[in-house]
Amino acid sequence: MSQRDWLQLTVYFGALIVLTPILGGWMHRIFSNQSHVLRSLLGRVERAIYRLGGCNPEETMNWRQYATALVLFNGVGFLVLFALQLGQHLLPFNPEHLPAVPPALALNTAMSFMTNTNWQAYSGEATMSLLTQFAGLTVQNFLSAASGLSVLVAMARGLVSRGSDSLGNFWTDLVRSTLYVLLPLSLVFALVLVSQGVVQTFSSSVEVTSLEGAKNSIPLGPVASQVAIKQLGTNGGGYFGANSAHPFENPTPLSNFIEMLAILLLPAATVDLYGRMVGSRRHGWALFSAMFVLLLATLAIGLYGEFQPNPAVGGLANLEGKETRFGIFNSVLWAGTTTAASNGSVNAMHDSLTPLGGLMCLVNLVLGEVVFGGVGAGLYGLLLYVVLTVFIAGLMVGRTPEYLGKKIGKTEIIWVMIGTLVPFAFLLLFAAIAAVHPAGLASLGNAGPHGLSEILYAFASMIGNNGSAFAGLNANTPFYNLLGTAALAIGRFAVLIPALAIAGSLAPRKVSPPSAGTFPTDGILFVVLLVMVVVVVSGLTHLPALTLGPIVEHVLLGRSF
Amino acid sequence: MKPLLQSIRLLLVLTVITGAVYPALVTVLSKSMFPRQSAGSLVVRDRQVVGSALLGQRTTSEAYFWPRPSAGDDGTNYVAVPSSASNKGPTSADWITSVQQRSAAIRTARGMSTNRAVPADLVLASGSGLDPHISPDAARLQLDRVARTRGLNPEQRNTLTQLVEAKVESPTLGVLGEPRVNVLLLNLALDETFPTARR
Repeated sequence: MSQRDWLQLTVYFGALIVLTPILGGWMHRIFSNQSHVLRSLLGRVERAIYRLGGCNPEETMNWRQYATALVLFNGVGFLVLFALQLGQHLLPFNPEHLPAVPPALALNTAMSFMTNTNWQAYSGEATMSLLTQFAGLTVQNFLSAASGLSVLVAMARGLVSRGSDSLGNFWTDLVRSTLYVLLPLSLVFALVLVSQGVVQTFSSSVEVTSLEGAKNSIPLGPVASQVAIKQLGTNGGGYFGANSAHPFENPTPLSNFIEMLAILLLPAATVDLYGRMVGSRRHGWALFSAMFVLLLATLAIGLYGEFQPNPAVGGLANLEGKETRFGIFNSVLWAGTTTAASNGSVNAMHDSLTPLGGLMCLVNLVLGEVVFGGVGAGLYGLLLYVVLTVFIAGLMVGRTPEYLGKKIGKTEIIWVMIGTLVPFAFLLLFAAIAAVHPAGLASLGNAGPHGLSEILYAFASMIGNNGSAFAGLNANTPFYNLLGTAALAIGRFAVLIPALAIAGSLAPRKVSPPSAGTFPTDGILFVVLLVMVVVVVSGLTHLPALTLGPIVEHVLLGRSF
Repeated sequence: MKPLLQSIRLLLVLTVITGAVYPALVTVLSKSMFPRQSAGSLVVRDRQVVGSALLGQRTTSEAYFWPRPSAGDDGTNYVAVPSSASNKGPTSADWITSVQQRSAAIRTARGMSTNRAVPADLVLASGSGLDPHISPDAARLQLDRVARTRGLNPEQRNTLTQLVEAKVESPTLGVLGEPRVNVLLLNLALDETFPTARR
């Protein structure tokens, strides 16, 4: 790494740490029902939305009602997006006359965008009509992120609730997340991106004649509006197949910097939001520190690996799949942050990373997307580990474990076990099926241990609701589309439902004042213990599989398959 | 049943806001504030659109600077729909062979000895397949060939060197990104400065 790379690293994380409490405080105003600028501006729109939606903003919901509303809302969104793709050839805004999306691919894509994953088994510019992109995919980019944020604030309310079983109101959380957080941020981001050269138009392509006289068609579209929310909402689904490596999605180092900042912005700010909501900002920053330590540790692996020349090609710098304007450093930083946060957008092709670069991404994925993770989703995922941590700490000193003054019981621990282990079990099961079934192996783009990495990556990405890929794997087959649809749903709802259930079960419980025996959740000891619990639970589960993939490949670097 | 109905109605309302009003608003604002950028930063020469300043295009003529290789090279173009990368891993036999072939071709063409390093970006394909840039070293390496093909005298050759150096873009604010040269813009400037050799 050069001096400039270190400077870029410092500027990046400096900006993130400065913006986190600002945005956290802003969101706290919104979700604790205080007055704010946007509310006086858009309050009428908000009320009109409730009226048109037939929702009563005063209604309160217990965890089951909250979960039901969320699942139904997401279910309807899924069906609409599915139908939109199947019928895009009959609908307007399809200037390239693209045919209907095949059913298995449409199913996978609808599930993928509804679950905030944005796994893409297709190339956007060659598959999706303009209408599908802006009225289908963009919409779910907003709503899936808003759903994740809603679950997080509901969970926070449950944890601090004194006697009531209410988690708030899903409709108001959803609408406020969209209207006051995601939309204004996206609008500003989109315009900054356009200033850098990101395309934004409703025409779909332009014909050009190159310097040497070759005719070519350049794809256009409403790109900036989608890129802004895909970066901010930890969605990651590119307008173009090459995602943010494509110059029309990410033309300059500056656009790269702000897109990269957008990856972690909301996931980091939600940690501060959570700290404020539960009345201990120190606890929020303790959680932030645990995430940050894990992120830096994995980044170190990736940066070390990518800056080693590849002996198989005479020691060339690792620029395959990377763009000149970003270079190695920005490609690795992006790869690390996009897999830590469950964003999944890429500015370099992960399949062409060195084995250690790929390992960095895979470790981030199999940690269960709790290192910042998805908007809302990362933190409510980490909170399952927090409950587990205080439980283990309680066992070690022989006291009833407590979290935020509430006693942790059998019900909560069962839900924690479901939320942490079920996704991992299915990840390994599905990857194992793909590694032995001919339909799974037929899709491989690389042989040897790298091939296993491709399979592992695919299911880790879908279960973790990340969406990035080792894209050499041809994922657009019935096998991967259908098994993947199941993986996407399990990865989202097997964590989301336990998170709400735990909040629901703790909400009515009494708060006992802290005593000398209470395990403090805002100190270094807690941070260390939490990091260890995350690493041990995920590590024990995945280390054998990772060993056979990227780790063996690293040992064999210089050989070919 | 009630939450289902509410879901349907709310989705409809939010689709209008996030799926129609929002992209339309961004489009209108972009068009008025950044008309050139929002339309693809197109480059026009002799009333003909020759490409986008942001997208790499295939040039193989000896009289031009060449871009990075692309996984989307179909023999006449770097295909823009869909954009594509090789997605080959660092132990892929196919990939190693093709990189060695590209390196050998460049060494032969430049008369380089095998112990002199070829700029990595000239033999490794980009992530988008449409990378508009090459490294400054990769541009300097091509100076001789372009000068020879265009039949430049030593003085003109100096001008060409200055032209290339002038086209080197530095990291943003001295910090972000990498130094680089936009190949299409360099080639256009080349044609403008030395029009006789244009082909």
